[in-house]
Amino acid sequence: MNRCVERLYNGLIKENPTFVLMLGMCPTLAVTTSAINGVGMGLTTTVVLVMSNMLISMLRKIIPDSVRMPAFIVVVASFVTIVQFLLEGFIPSLYDSLGLYIPLIVVNCIILGRAESYASKNPVLPSIFDGIGMGLGFTVGLTSIGIVREIIGAGQIFGLQIMPEAYEPVTIFILAPGAFLVLSGLVALQNKVKMNLAKKGKEVKQTSGCGDCGSCGNASACGGKVFPTGNEE
Amino acid sequence: MSENYNISSSPHIRSKVTTSNIMLMVIIALLPATAFGVYNFKLSALLVVVITTASAVLTEYIYQKLMHKKVTISDYSAALTGLLLALNLPANAPWWMCILGSVFAILVVKQVFGGLGQNFMNPALGARCFLLISFTGRMTTFVYDGVSGATPLALLKAGESVDVLDMFVGNIAGTIGETSVIAILIGAIFLVVMGVISIRIPVTYILSFTIFVIVFGGHGLDVNYVAAHLCGGGLMLGAWFMATDYVTSPITKSGQIVYGICLGALTGLFRIFGGSAEGVSYAIIFSNLLVPLIEKVTLPKPFGKGGEK
Repeated sequence: MNRCVERLYNGLIKENPTFVLMLGMCPTLAVTTSAINGVGMGLTTTVVLVMSNMLISMLRKIIPDSVRMPAFIVVVASFVTIVQFLLEGFIPSLYDSLGLYIPLIVVNCIILGRAESYASKNPVLPSIFDGIGMGLGFTVGLTSIGIVREIIGAGQIFGLQIMPEAYEPVTIFILAPGAFLVLSGLVALQNKVKMNLAKKGKEVKQTSGCGDCGSCGNASACGGKVFPTGNEE
Repeated sequence: MSENYNISSSPHIRSKVTTSNIMLMVIIALLPATAFGVYNFKLSALLVVVITTASAVLTEYIYQKLMHKKVTISDYSAALTGLLLALNLPANAPWWMCILGSVFAILVVKQVFGGLGQNFMNPALGARCFLLISFTGRMTTFVYDGVSGATPLALLKAGESVDVLDMFVGNIAGTIGETSVIAILIGAIFLVVMGVISIRIPVTYILSFTIFVIVFGGHGLDVNYVAAHLCGGGLMLGAWFMATDYVTSPITKSGQIVYGICLGALTGLFRIFGGSAEGVSYAIIFSNLLVPLIEKVTLPKPFGKGGEK
């Protein structure tokens, strides 16, 4: 059971997909115009991630190594299709606001990355918890970006007006440039917190920051060195 | 030992030109345009200039104090950024918008990237575009003589006729610093005579823009139309004071010409085919991003290198 808790902690904090691994940037930047979109996208991805991790972990001894990528894609795509139809049927408002980004979950690198680097090598239960941890980490990331963007760009949280009437929304924050500004700000903030923790000796453990070089598109650029997460001193 | 034979480490040639010197000179060159803006838009323009400049300097001071860096407000670069930003704002801009713009210019565009010399785009223009996208209504509402009216460029775009002489003198609606071509040219001549800027960038910019307007403007060689485009909007202010920013323009001579042509073509493209009447600020910050590429391509060969192997 300890291993499962460790997986949750790993996904939420140590290897948070949004702030540490920097995976799935496309939906992160595109759909986080409001907090509710962030939650919706995060939870949708979580569901797909948990299901696909589970199934791939079950099938890990059956899938031949040479065709594992197409096999993973088929599994992920099936779950995405199911989720898409469910959303369209039961939460049409969320379906409309996420739009194209729901089918694009298929190519979200978090899902394929976890399948490749974790679920295909580990038993079912830890894989499920890995999916939950990573998915919740993604949800937390998207939601916090969405909250900040919604407060500054629209003066609201989850559609509720929280800023005073006189506040004039800075519209750029719900447009594309705002996504980059907020993401970089939040990453800087969490690096700062982690560095402070490391200085106090509370968390001296080094996190490599990236899963493994096999599943990473930047492996050639980084040459096997750790991804700079700011806490490697 | 002979007195003529001194051995010392480099630098061997010294000059009195310093960063603060140059910044101060540009600020002086901007004074005519600022003064005309204040005369044109009265007290509200003065308030915008003072608030924006002061908050830019203050932002730089506070940031550098908090980050335990050397405080560099005495090189006037922050003051210049603030002043340039103020000249790019409408006179009726509210105080919080001025402060927000200054903070964005200094903090996000300049200091986060490493301070003076490291900024990838002109801080004042970066902030102007930030404000323009965020508060489009406020940034494009111009009040002149107590009446809110469209800028000559907007009228031109709508197909109406404009008075070029008024645009040249500056009796028009617009941002604080851009209205009077005469006041800007006085400052520009001062800068060129003092050797602060070379005419390469502004002249290629204005020339290529003129050609673009003649070819694609749809009016052919209509002198009135072309002159209105040249005197209208931020073209003069941008060409002489912001495109020539040392940090964000190429250092190679041929690169400066390429950069000028890029600016002219982009400005023409935005003004004639774009949705809004004005395009100078977007053209300049976009070209700023091209500068590293331009410099790479136009790097001069050292004597003796290259040729046949």
